[in-house]
This record gives sequence, C-alpha cells and structure tokens, in this order.
Amino acid sequence: MSNLVVLIPVALLLGGAGLIAFLWALRSGQYEDLDGSAARILIEDEHTDRA
Amino acid sequence: MSCCAPGIESALDLDQAGAPSVDEIRLASRPLGGGLSQVDFAVPGVHCAACIRTVEAALQKLPGVAGARVNLSTKRVSVRLREGEFPPLVATLSGLGYEAHLFDRKNDNGKDPVLAELIRAVAIAGFAATNIMLLSVSVWSGATDATRDLFHWVSALVAIPALVFAGRIYFRSAWNALSHGRMNMDVPIAVGITLAYGLSLYETINHGPHAYFDASVSLLFFLLIGRTLDHVMREKARTAVSGLRQLAARGANVVACDGTLNYIPVEEIAKGDVILVAPGERVPVDALIVKGASEVDRSLVSGESEPEAVDRGTMLQAGTLNLTGALTVQATAAAQDSFLAEMVRLMEAAEGGRALYRRIADRASALYAPVVHLTALLTFIGWLIVSGDWHRAITIAIAVLIITCPCALGLAVPIVQVVAARRLFERGIMIKDGSAMERLAGIDTVVFDKTGTLTLGALRLVNGDRIASSDMAVAAQLAAHSRHPVARAIVEANPDLSLQSGLLGAVSEVPGFGLETSMDGSVWRLGRAQWALKVSGEATGTVLTRDGVLRASFVCEDRLRAGAAETVAELAGQGLTVEMLTGDHDANARPIARQVGIDAYRSGMLPGEKVARIAAFADNGRRVLMVGDGLNDAPALAAAHVSMAPATAADIGRNAADFVFLRESLVAIPFGLEISRKAGRLIRQNLGFAIAYNFVAVPIAIFGYVTPLIAAIAMSLSSIIVIANAMRLAGGSRASGKEAVTSTAAPIGLIGRPAQ
Repeated sequence: MSNLVVLIPVALLLGGAGLIAFLWALRSGQYEDLDGSAARILIEDEHTDRA
Repeated sequence: MSCCAPGIESALDLDQAGAPSVDEIRLASRPLGGGLSQVDFAVPGVHCAACIRTVEAALQKLPGVAGARVNLSTKRVSVRLREGEFPPLVATLSGLGYEAHLFDRKNDNGKDPVLAELIRAVAIAGFAATNIMLLSVSVWSGATDATRDLFHWVSALVAIPALVFAGRIYFRSAWNALSHGRMNMDVPIAVGITLAYGLSLYETINHGPHAYFDASVSLLFFLLIGRTLDHVMREKARTAVSGLRQLAARGANVVACDGTLNYIPVEEIAKGDVILVAPGERVPVDALIVKGASEVDRSLVSGESEPEAVDRGTMLQAGTLNLTGALTVQATAAAQDSFLAEMVRLMEAAEGGRALYRRIADRASALYAPVVHLTALLTFIGWLIVSGDWHRAITIAIAVLIITCPCALGLAVPIVQVVAARRLFERGIMIKDGSAMERLAGIDTVVFDKTGTLTLGALRLVNGDRIASSDMAVAAQLAAHSRHPVARAIVEANPDLSLQSGLLGAVSEVPGFGLETSMDGSVWRLGRAQWALKVSGEATGTVLTRDGVLRASFVCEDRLRAGAAETVAELAGQGLTVEMLTGDHDANARPIARQVGIDAYRSGMLPGEKVARIAAFADNGRRVLMVGDGLNDAPALAAAHVSMAPATAADIGRNAADFVFLRESLVAIPFGLEISRKAGRLIRQNLGFAIAYNFVAVPIAIFGYVTPLIAAIAMSLSSIIVIANAMRLAGGSRASGKEAVTSTAAPIGLIGRPAQ
C-alpha cells in the first residue's frame, strides 16, 4: 500500500507532463503544417537564408 | 527551376495578365506591427521539399521581403513585407513555374478555434482514459477493500477534467438539439456518460465493487477521435477550396471627378461611378460602356463560349472578362445589386430539396436514442418489480445504457466518411460534408453544363498542320501580344515560335478587330477577316494577311475536358440519364454534345430555366447530380440533389457545389460516384454491425451480467471492428496514390480560362 502512495502520483505526473508537452506543442504551432515538417527535413540548411 | 515546377508556361509578360496589382496586394495585406505587414498566397503547385526551398529562397531574395514561409498542408505561402514595399511576388513565383493566387485572409484569421478545442479535448480525454484504465486493470486484477476504494477515488478525480473539458462538446450539442426539440447522436452519449459517472461516484462513496469511470472516459476518448477526424477532413476541403478564390474582381480603378484614379474595393463602388477596366480584368459590377471598344468573354456569366465584340453603349454584367481593349464603364448597380447578387437570390430560392435530406446517421439516431432509453427504463421498472431493490434496478439500467452507448454507431459513419474523403482528396476531389457523399451515392440523373465543364472554355487551334511554318511564325509572334482566346490558342500551338523575337516591328492591337505590324515594308494583320482582308468574302473567322492578301486562316475549337467522352459513356453505361444544359447557342452546343455522346441537350438556357429543368427532374422523383462551373450555373448547382464543380469555376459556383475537383479530367465524377457508393455500403455494414452487437449485448446487460470489465471489452472491440471495416475502403489507396502522382504531370487544375 505504501508504494502506491508514491507510484500513483508518479504515474499521474508523468502522464500530466506528456499532456502539458502536447498542449504546448499544439499552442506553439507545431501541428500547423504536418506535411511541410515531413518535407523540411530534406532541405539542406546552408542553402536557406534563415538563421 | 525546381524538379517539379508545374505548369511552366512561356515566359511572356502576358502570362501574368491575371496577376494581382500592387493595389490588390495592398488591400489584401494585414499589418503585423513593427513596420511589417503580411500577405498570403495560395500556391496549389507546391508539393515537395524542393518546392519549399525554391519558393522560400526566391521570395526572400526580393527587396522588401522580411520573410517567407510555405505551408505545405494548406498549400499557401505567407510573406512578411516591410511597410510600403510591394516587390513582384506573383511574377517571381510564376517565373519559377508556380501559379499563385492572392489569398484573402479577411474572413479567416488562420486559426481554427474549433479544431484547437477538439484536439485539446482529445488530449485531455486520452490522458484521463489511459490513467483510469491503468487503475481499472488493477481493480479487475483483484484489488480489494481500501486499495480498490483508493483506485476508484483517484479515477473519479482524474475523470473530472475529462468530463468538464472534453464532455462539454457533447453536452453542448445534446442540449442544443434537445432545446430545439430534436434528437441527435450526442443525446444518448451525454446521458450515458453522465449517468455512468454519477453511478460510479455513488458506488465509490459506498465502497461498492463496480465503478464505470473507465467506460465513461474511454467512450469520450474514442468518440472525440471520430469527431476530430471528421472536422479535420472538412476543414482541409474548405481551406483548399477557399484558397482558390481568384475569379471575382476584388477592387477596381475608379475615376474621380478630378480625373485621378483610385483603387477601391468592389463593395464600395456606388451606382454611377466611372470605372477603368483594363484588358485582362473582370468587370466588377453591372456597368454600361461609356468609352472604348473591346472584346469580352462572357463564358462565366452566360455560358457563351465565343468572345463578343462590344463598344460604347453595351451593357456588361459583373464577372465579364475584358479581353482586348481598355474600357471605361459606368456602374449601373452597386455590387450587392449586380448580376452576382441576383444569382445568390436565385440560389437561396432554389435550395429547398437539399434541406429535406436527412443524413443516415441522423435517421439512425432518431430511431436509436428512444429505443435505447426506453429499454433502459423498462429494465429499471422490470428489476424494481422483480427484486424491489432500487439500487440494483438503477445499477442494471445504467449498465444497459453504457453497453448500448453508441460508441460504434458514433464512429461508424464519420470514420467511413473520413477514409472516403481521404481517397477522394488524393485524386484532387474536395468534399464539403459527409451528407454529400450519401446523396451522391443515390443519384440517377447527371446534368452537365457545357462551357467550362464538359469543355475547358479555352480554344484550341485545329488546323495548325495546314499552315505554312513561315506564316505560323509571324502569326504566333503577333498573337503573343494579345489576350484574345484565338490569339492564345495560336501561341499555345507554337510555344517555341512565339518566344523568338525581333522578327517584327511594333505591334499594335485594334480592339475588336485584331493585331497589326509592319515587316519588310509590308503590313501584316492577324484578326477578323472583314478587317484584315482587302477583298472581303475570301475567308471568314480569324485570318493572317499581308497587305490585305490572305496568307492563312485559323480554325479554333473549344477543347473538351480530358476524359469527357469516357465519363459520359461510363455514366450512361451505369444506367444514369445524362443531359446537357447550356447557355450557349445551339450551333456551339450540338457538336460538343455529339462529341461527348450526349443525346439530350438544351441550349440557350437562362439560369432560371436551368433551375426549372432540374426542378422538373426532381418532381418526377429523379435525383440529379449537377456538374457546372459558371455564375449562371450556381442556382442550378444549389437546386440539384447534389452538385460538383471544377476548381476553375466561379467563386459562387464553387461555394454552391458539394464537390470540387481540382484536376482537369472529368474522370473525377465516376470515381467520386464509385467511392461514395462503396462508402454507403460500408456505412450500412457498420450500422448493421452496431445493431447486431446490441442484439447480443443488450440481453446480457438486461439480465444483470455486465461488469465494468465486460463493458470495457465489448465497447473497445466494437469500435475496433467498425474502424477496421472502414479501413477496407482505404485498401489499394497506395497503388492509386502512385497512379495519381503520374497523372499530375499536368498542372493541377486551373488550366483553362484565358487570362485568369
């Protein structure tokens, strides 16, 4: 029983951390262009002017 | 130049004829603050990493551009400009081979609040469902007493945010339906979730063995996935369609009293304003020509395929395209009273039959919800009479509600429609909503418009091989200076010849007649026979002359859309009635009807007559698919049982249509029909399965044998079966995807109308 007191909060915290990370990613626009993100990894950096 | 730049046309200036002016870009741009403004373009041609790099690098090199970012999912480019600078963005893009349309973001702030809410809800429900399931598995594995109570209490706590944030969507929709005296699928869902949670909380407080927190929340999770997918599909189609708005004039050069020109938005043009319409521009409002002569293309307005010569005193309807000479016109009506507005009124009047259609899912839920609630009530009464135990009767009645909760039913329809829409999307067909697919599957009559639908609305030179190459070279170079459809057809037939320059002296265009130049001391003319020939009657149509002597005459035809004849043959072969309704003259309609193999056609139809014809079909119990593109087709598109429009259609036509196809080929119609029918079959199978499932599960629940474990297994299993069945529609989509890639070697959509 005593290990549950630790394990349940830990499980919930980890799940909650995942949820918060997802909501953050959503808010910062990382899901707005999924096709583009998939294609952009193929672009070599030195050819673009972006810093 | 990128590997995949689509639609590379000749680099002549005229190809940018339809490009938005600096004024239009200024109207469409939004200030971002900090001396920057943003303007968006729809660029349908971008589709790979090389495209992204080419477009972004080229735009960022332009002076005045602070940044450019391609969104591949929505096929748009956002460009941030430094205040007051308007570099040639569209020209740069079309130089790279990407056609770009100014994208008006006024009605669209770029974010979709509904989708954001749905995804947040899915995330929260997913978090709660997984954690509660973890605790439930422990309970089912044998946790007892204080441990079980602790797990139940933690579950109850975790379920609260899920019910509040995620459940809100269903509660709102269910309340909305009930308060209007209607029933929808969300009502049993909302009732089931709430009762399951309430019962579980009661059990937990009283140290009971069974709690349904997992059922309550995982139900929510599964259903939200279905709803989110449904929304994403519709939104994708909507943005793809709205990104193509281009054909309507968005502003016009109005001449002020003191003679200065002001570029103002269409909505602000008042009756009596004097407007300058340059060649290549569309007439913004109904207007009377007060100065100048030209030829106009009315194909979008009336369906006439041939350009018409106009001069002082001619009335022009809004949407007419000016081809050759500059015109000064006086507005006879404001935008909201123009031809366009009349079409909108006709459309509103025509939209009756469609509103009567009820989606299969709505019909199913109208039957389903009362049956389920009645069963639960009868179970409660039965157990109360038999056992006299309130608590037991309530528990079993709620178990019945949970087990019958339409998880499979809620997923059965949207999941099939999402998969079907995805397959259509791969072939360049956009669908507005799921009910359109159901309606399409049930049609028995297909009505086509002619100009722009069966044909491309663009002329093609048919006797090019009978013209001497030296004459052709002169004709092509002359023609390169005009926007007239015949001239463009000549240029298109000789892309190499028209690029050589220096052969000719100055070329002048005589509006309404043709082009003229002098070379080696003689005068060459390309244009109307009466004007170009010294001796009239030698030839008709468009001719090339040297000092008034005939050198060549050019015969052009409207080009059929790819796959037109095959499509008509296939539709007829399926036993569908096919008819053509056109606003064009009989002389133009007959050969096209013969070429594509349509026996029944009517020509010279006014917009109202098209609607009447479709209404007549409907009165005979026919269900009509209308395929059309023009402003004049919009009311008919709205009146038909279901409708389709090509991407080249007028804004209003695209908005009225249920389906929009982006590629040139009409094969989209039989393909859409096939997918819709398959989807219809799968939906019926899924609904059938849901009913069969209930026949097995409900008796078990009624007799009180359902535990939370059985409920969880039954619900997940039925959802998985329904999803797996829907995925059968996606079978072979990889193969067809490959095929689709090869067939897009031709630019996607938007070939066609001259001088867009």
